[in-house]
This record gives sequence, C-alpha cells and structure tokens, in this order.
Amino acid sequence: MNTTKKTRQYVYWITLFFITLSGFAQMPIFKRYYIADIPGLGWLAQFYVTHIIHYIAAIVLIAFVIYVFFDFIFRGAGLNRVTGFGFFKIAILAGLIVTGVLMVVKNLPNIYFGHTAVIVLDLSHLSFCMILLFVSLYSVIRKKRWVG
Amino acid sequence: MTSKLSRRAFLKGSITAAGSVVATSGIARAAKSITHTNKEPLATLLDISKCIGCEECVFACREANADKYPEPAKPFPKMYPNRVPVQDWSDKRDVIDRLTPYNWLFIQHASATVNGEQIDLTIPRRCMHCENPPCVKLCPWGSAKQEENGLSRIDPDLCLGGSKCKKACPWDIPERQTGVGLYLDLLPGLAGNGTMYKCDRCYNRLEKGEVPACIEACPEDVQTIGPRSEILKKAHALARQMNGYIYGEHENGGTNTIYVSPVPFEELNKSIETGKGKPHLNKVKNMMADGTNLAKAMIVAPIAGLAAAFGKFYLSSKEDK
Repeated sequence: MNTTKKTRQYVYWITLFFITLSGFAQMPIFKRYYIADIPGLGWLAQFYVTHIIHYIAAIVLIAFVIYVFFDFIFRGAGLNRVTGFGFFKIAILAGLIVTGVLMVVKNLPNIYFGHTAVIVLDLSHLSFCMILLFVSLYSVIRKKRWVG
Repeated sequence: MTSKLSRRAFLKGSITAAGSVVATSGIARAAKSITHTNKEPLATLLDISKCIGCEECVFACREANADKYPEPAKPFPKMYPNRVPVQDWSDKRDVIDRLTPYNWLFIQHASATVNGEQIDLTIPRRCMHCENPPCVKLCPWGSAKQEENGLSRIDPDLCLGGSKCKKACPWDIPERQTGVGLYLDLLPGLAGNGTMYKCDRCYNRLEKGEVPACIEACPEDVQTIGPRSEILKKAHALARQMNGYIYGEHENGGTNTIYVSPVPFEELNKSIETGKGKPHLNKVKNMMADGTNLAKAMIVAPIAGLAAAFGKFYLSSKEDK
C-alpha cells in the first residue's frame, strides 16, 4: 500500500471517528452514562464544544470526499472500477453529507425550516450515520473494497 | 402564597377599572400589529418602569396555558443509572416565584438607586425567544421548534426530556417534569426523563390573532407586541425618553424580548435573586456565532478539496512530461 493511500485511509478513519463521536454527543447521553466522567472526555458533555468539533470534522470530511472524488476523475480511473459495495457507501456518505449540510443551513440565523422537515432531517441524518457505521464495520470484517 | 394572593386581590381591585381601559386600547393596537407582520418576527417590549409587580401576567399565563401543563403518571419508572434525577413539580404547582413546568412566567424583584432615590423594580421574566434560539437549533430530535413569527416552543409530544435545551439556553429557561411524554413509550428506564416546558408565547392565541395572555392581562400596559423592527424603534425611543437602558436587543445575538429599564441592567442583575429557575440579566454573547462562522467556512471545503485534487493532478502531469 503506497503512502498516499495510507494517508487517505488515516484521514478518513480519524474524521469518521470524530464526526461520529461528536455526532452522538449531540444527544445528552455521555454524561448520563458516565462516559464524560472519564478523564479527558469531559468535553463530550459540553454541547457547544461537540457542536463545533462536529462542524470542523464535517468540513474535513466534505473537503476529503470532494478531493477523493475529483482525484479519481482526474486520474482517468473509470467508474466501472467502483464496486457495488463502493457505490452503496458513496450513496450513504452523500446522504449523510446532504442532510448534514441542510442541518447546518437550518442552524443559521433567520432560517426557518418546517417542523416536519427538521424532524425528517434529524432522523435521516442519524439513520445514514448508523448505516455507514454498520457498513464500515462490515467492510473491515469482510475486507470489502471501494474499488475493484 | 396566601400573602401574594391577597396582595394580588388588593391590587386587582384598585387598578382594574383604570387598567382595563388602557389595556383594551393597547391590546387592540397590539392585535392589529400582529396581523400585519408580513412574516417579520414579532418581538415584545417590556417597559420595566411601568411594572407594579401585581402578578396579573403570571396568573393569566397559568390560566391560559393550564391545559398544556403536564399530568405525570406516578409512580415514575425507575431510571438508570441512579444519577438521573427525578424532577417532579406536580405537587408544587402553586410555586410562582420561579420558573417551573407549571409556571412559565414569574416576577423578579430588584432595588436600585435612581437620581439618588432608592426604588423597587419588578421584572416579568420568561423565555427570551431568541432570534437564533440554541434550544431549538441544538435540539437533537426537532422537538423544540421556532416559528416564523419568532417564537420558540417545545413540542410536548416529541420531547424526551434530555434537558439539552436547558443546558444550551444562556438563561437556563426550560424546566423539566419527569413522568410525562414520549420517553414513557420508548425506553423509560434507559433514555429520556420527561418533557421540558417553557413559555411558548401563547402560540395558539397568536394563531387566532390574539395577543399572549400576559400582555392582555397586564393592567399597566407593561408589554407591547409587534414586528421586531417597530418594537426596537419604540424601545430606543422609550430608552431615550427615560434616559434608560435596553436588554435583549443584542443578547445571544438578539432576542425577541426587549426590556427597557431606567436602571442599568448590570445593577439590576446584582440586585435580583438568580439561581435555579431564576434567570440572570447578564450580558450574553451570541452562543451560536462560532457555529455560524464555521458554516461559512464549510462553503470553502468543497473548493479546497477540488483545488487539492487539481493540484495533485497538475503536479503529476508536470512530472510525467
């Protein structure tokens, strides 16, 4: 495995780790279940801190996904190299990013989203996250690859 | 409680006649203004110098919103782990000197010196209805919502009582009642802890073109409601007239509750009793500002990703030559 590929993997997994952790921290569960009591993890119960970390991780993830996508295109690698599993993960990531961006827009001042739209966004964002986590776990266990 | 009621009865008797005339014309003006908002958020102006602390607004709020109050099922389900606090106000519904799930508006008392004279001031306190409310924007389930007319409220059918809204609120406004709400139908032992309650600015009355109950009941016309720009104009004119001070215009990036006082709010804040259910009058920075700034940075993210990919492609094609 070359260095670029390894770096890409590290960036992806580290970003995924922090975006998931800070994402779950949007729910008031870490204090309730003593996780925020673990030394060094107190920030997980500070909602404004986790909110900012989630945004920063989202910025890194979006930049990374766009970089990988265009790098793939510029290198002239054909889309037929992408496996079915790869397409599935791309679709889940796209869903996660689109719902996430819409939620960021919703959080801007003077922006009003309908109540149902907000609930649908919240639940679909969480669902995409859960699916991505299970699919990622499956891909690690079964050694499934993005490209053939 | 008894003394408060008798004082209330006394005040009510002495001011009802005069107050009703003044209030009716004020309400008529307010009702007219809320039906001509053109979707601009509505704000309320509270002239503290007029408030006599009669608590008419408090009792009107309780009466108008009584059917929204929680009726918890008892005994409460055992919650895990043990640190999860049971918060039960159902046996203390008469408490009116702080915010509770059964009291969404209370009167705060302050003493201050104006022109060398010691005066007592009373301040109606409730949700500030922020322009960009963290309670709404950070609610993980969308159970807190903001309406286009600027009010924010918590949907009791969806709230799980995690109290994140209270921790996110710079004034700690929402209050929790255990043993009621959606969590009972999910995993009552392991997730959720009731429902959060706060002032919803009488959204159902506003929908019918009526003003909030606290405004209607006030015999002194302390509160005015209208489009935010108009309310701000009035607040500044009033502040100039009384050589006074404004609170709520810039707090937390701007709220839809604007107080005008003849005394600096720093002084009032030193004088009022603050603590659980009793919000402060401190200056408040815009809690959502960092998120808003990062949202702007997010626009750059795809451009950065594209530039990096193009840079790599450019360098590799140069090397190939």
